[in-house]
Amino acid sequence: MTDITKTITDIASGVATGALNASVPRRSLLKGTAGILAAGMFPAVHSAEPIVLRYLGTAVNQDKAIGEKFEKDTGIKIQYVAVTTDDVTKRAVTAPNSFDLIDTEYFSLKKIVPTGNLKGIDVKRIKNADKITTLFTTGTVAGKAVGEQGTAPKKVIYLEGEKSKVFSKTPTQFMSLIPTVYNADTLGIRPDLIKRPINSWAELLNPEFKGKAAILNIPSIGIMDAAMVVEAMGIYKYPDKGNMTKKEIDLTIKTLIEAKKAGQFRSLWKDFNESVNLMASGEVVIQSMWSPAVTAVRTKGIACNFQPLKEGYRAWAAGFGLPATLSGRKLDGAYEFINWFLDGWAGAYLNRQGYYSAVLDTAKSKMEAYEWAYWMEGKAATQDIKSPNGDVLAKAGAVRDGGSYEARMGGIACWNAVMDENNYMVQKWNEFVAA
Amino acid sequence: MSTSPTTLPASTQAPGRSIAAWWQAMPLSLVFVLFFLIPLALIGMVSFWDFNEYELLPDFTFKNYVSVFDGCSNMDEMCVTFKTYLSTFKFSFLVWLITLVIGFTVSYFLAFYVRSSGVQTLLFVLCTIPFWTSNVIRMISWVPLLGRNGLVNQSLQGIGLINTPIEWLLFSDFSVVLAFVHLYTMFMIVPIFNSMMRIDRSLIEAANDSGASAWQTLWNVIVPLSRTGIIIGSIFVITIVMGDFVTIGVMGGQQIASIGKIIQVQTSYLQFPLAAANAVILLSIVLMIIWALTRLVDIRKEL
Repeated sequence: MTDITKTITDIASGVATGALNASVPRRSLLKGTAGILAAGMFPAVHSAEPIVLRYLGTAVNQDKAIGEKFEKDTGIKIQYVAVTTDDVTKRAVTAPNSFDLIDTEYFSLKKIVPTGNLKGIDVKRIKNADKITTLFTTGTVAGKAVGEQGTAPKKVIYLEGEKSKVFSKTPTQFMSLIPTVYNADTLGIRPDLIKRPINSWAELLNPEFKGKAAILNIPSIGIMDAAMVVEAMGIYKYPDKGNMTKKEIDLTIKTLIEAKKAGQFRSLWKDFNESVNLMASGEVVIQSMWSPAVTAVRTKGIACNFQPLKEGYRAWAAGFGLPATLSGRKLDGAYEFINWFLDGWAGAYLNRQGYYSAVLDTAKSKMEAYEWAYWMEGKAATQDIKSPNGDVLAKAGAVRDGGSYEARMGGIACWNAVMDENNYMVQKWNEFVAA
Repeated sequence: MSTSPTTLPASTQAPGRSIAAWWQAMPLSLVFVLFFLIPLALIGMVSFWDFNEYELLPDFTFKNYVSVFDGCSNMDEMCVTFKTYLSTFKFSFLVWLITLVIGFTVSYFLAFYVRSSGVQTLLFVLCTIPFWTSNVIRMISWVPLLGRNGLVNQSLQGIGLINTPIEWLLFSDFSVVLAFVHLYTMFMIVPIFNSMMRIDRSLIEAANDSGASAWQTLWNVIVPLSRTGIIIGSIFVITIVMGDFVTIGVMGGQQIASIGKIIQVQTSYLQFPLAAANAVILLSIVLMIIWALTRLVDIRKEL
C-alpha cells in the first residue's frame, strides 16, 4: 500500500511542479521576487547570514571532504542533495528552484537546456576557464581528435547567450556546464575468477560467463554498453551509437533479450554500491562498471580490473551548472565554489580517486610527483598509491589500468547520450527487463 | 459499502448530524482531499496529456493508454504489459497464499494454544521485532545468505550435499517470494490474530461438546469467524505486492518485471503521462481486487 501511495504522490508532486514551471508567469514572478531580495530589501538579515549552497548531484561526486575543505577555505556552506543520475535530470526539469548548484552529466543537457532552467555560466568570471582541457572545448586529447558519437561535451558545452535555450556550435562567452570530472568507462572483470585475458566488449555476452555477467540498468547508459557489445560481436556497425534509429534500437534490445533468455545475466545493477557488491561477492565476474567502483572493490582486497578493450571506451563527463533563477550573493557564492573547485585541491582529490579533473595544471600542482606519474602518465608506482582517505589502492610497482591519460582518454569510442528516440528506447528497455 | 437499513433510524437521532461532528471530521477529510484525492485526480488528468523529452503538454489524448497496450493484439507473443501483469499476479498469488498459511497458523497458535495473556503479548511482540529495522535492510540481509558464495551454499558444500553452488537461491523468483513472505507475513498475522481473539470461546466448547473433530472445529467454526481478518490481511499483502518495485528489484537482480518498476523507470525519464496511464490502470486493477474481496465480507460490520 505504502509503495503505491508513494509512487502516486511522487508522480503527482512531479507533475504539479512540472506543470507550474511550464507556465512562464510563475517563473518571472519568482525572478522578480529574487531580484527584490537581492536588491537588498532585507539588507541586515541578508548580510549576516552565511551562504548555504544546495548542491544537487549524484552521491558519487558529493564528497564530504570536498565540502568541508571548501567551507574551511571560504566560509560558504555546501549542502549536498544526493539523488540518482536520472533524478538529477528530473529535479532540474521539474523543480529548478530546489537547488543552487547542479552537478550533472553533459548528456542530460539535451533535456535540461531546452527548458530554460539553466543559466549560461559567464566564462569571464571563471579564473581557469582557458585552462579547461581541450577534450571539452575542441574534442581533442594531445592534439588528436577522439570519438564523438553520442553527446560529446563539445557539442553541448556552449550556449548562444546567458538565457539561451539552444546550444552554440562555436565557442561563446557562456558555458552550459563547467566541467568537473570525467572518465572513460569499460568492463570491470575479476581476473582471479576469469583467469584469461579479456580484450573485447564482446566478452560481456560470451556464453562462457553465463549467469555471471551484469549490465547497467540505467537505460541511456546501458544501451551504449550494449551497442559496444553489438559492434564488437560484428552484428552491426552503427553510424552513431549515441543516436540510434528505431530499427537500431530494436536490434540492440533484441540482442540483449536473447542473451537474457539464455541466462547470461546474473543481475542488472543501477547504483554504484550494487555494482561493487556484485563484483566483490563473486556473483558476477564481468560487468560494465565505473572506475571508482573498481577502486572500491580493490580496497576490499579483492582483485578487480578496469579492463581496457580494443574497441575503446564509453566516456562520460559531468560539470557544474547554475539554475536560471540564481542571483545575488548565492550566485556569487556559486561562482566562488566553481572557481575554488577548478583551483587544484578538488582536482587532485578527484584524480586520486581515479577520475580526471577538468583543469589538469592546477591539479598537478597539488599532487606528489609519484602520484601524478601513476595516475596521469601511466607509469609504475614508485611507492604505495593511496586513496584520498588513506586506503592503499595499488602497491608500489603497479601500473594503472588503461595506462596514461592520453592512452585512456584518447581511446574514447563514444559518449553517454540522450537519443532523439529516447522515449522509444526506454520503452524497449522495459521490454528487455520484462523479458 | 451500503449503509444497512437497520442502523438508519438510530443515526437520525444520533449527534452525527450536528455541526460539531462536521468540524471533527474536517481535518482528516482535508488531509484526505489534499494529499490523496487531488493528486489522484491530477494523475488521471496527466494520463491524458502529451509529452516530449522535457515538457508535459496539456492535451486530451488516449496515446498513453494505447502505448501501454502496444502490441497486445499480437497473439504469437505476449506484450510487455500483459507479461508484466502476469508476473505481478503470479507473485501476488504466491505471496498471498504462503503468508496466509503461515499467518493463519501463527495466529492460531497465539490465540488458542498460548494460555497466559502475558506470554501471548510477549510472543506477539517477538513477531514484530523484524520491523525494528527498515524494509530495505531486512531485504538486503538475505543477499549474503543466499548468494553464490553465501552462507547457505557454503554450508551445503561444507557438509558435502552439493558440489557446485545452487544458483537459483538468489536473484530468482524464489528469492523474491522469500523476501516478500519475510517482509509481509506480519500484515497477515495482525488482523487474523485480532479476529481470532474476538471469537467467543464457548463456540469452540460447543463444537467440542457436539463431537466435532479438531479439523471440523477449525474449518467450520474458526475459519469462518476469522474471515474478516483474513480478508483485511489479504488486502494488505496483495496491494503491497501489486505495487512493489523495490523488493522485486533488489531480490530479483533487477531483471524481473513488475508494473511498479515500469512506472518508476518512466517517471525517471520524465515520461509522466505514460507513467500516469500505467498508474491509473494499476490502480483500477487493485481497486477491483479490493472490491471483490470486500464483497466476501462487510468489513464495517465486522469491525
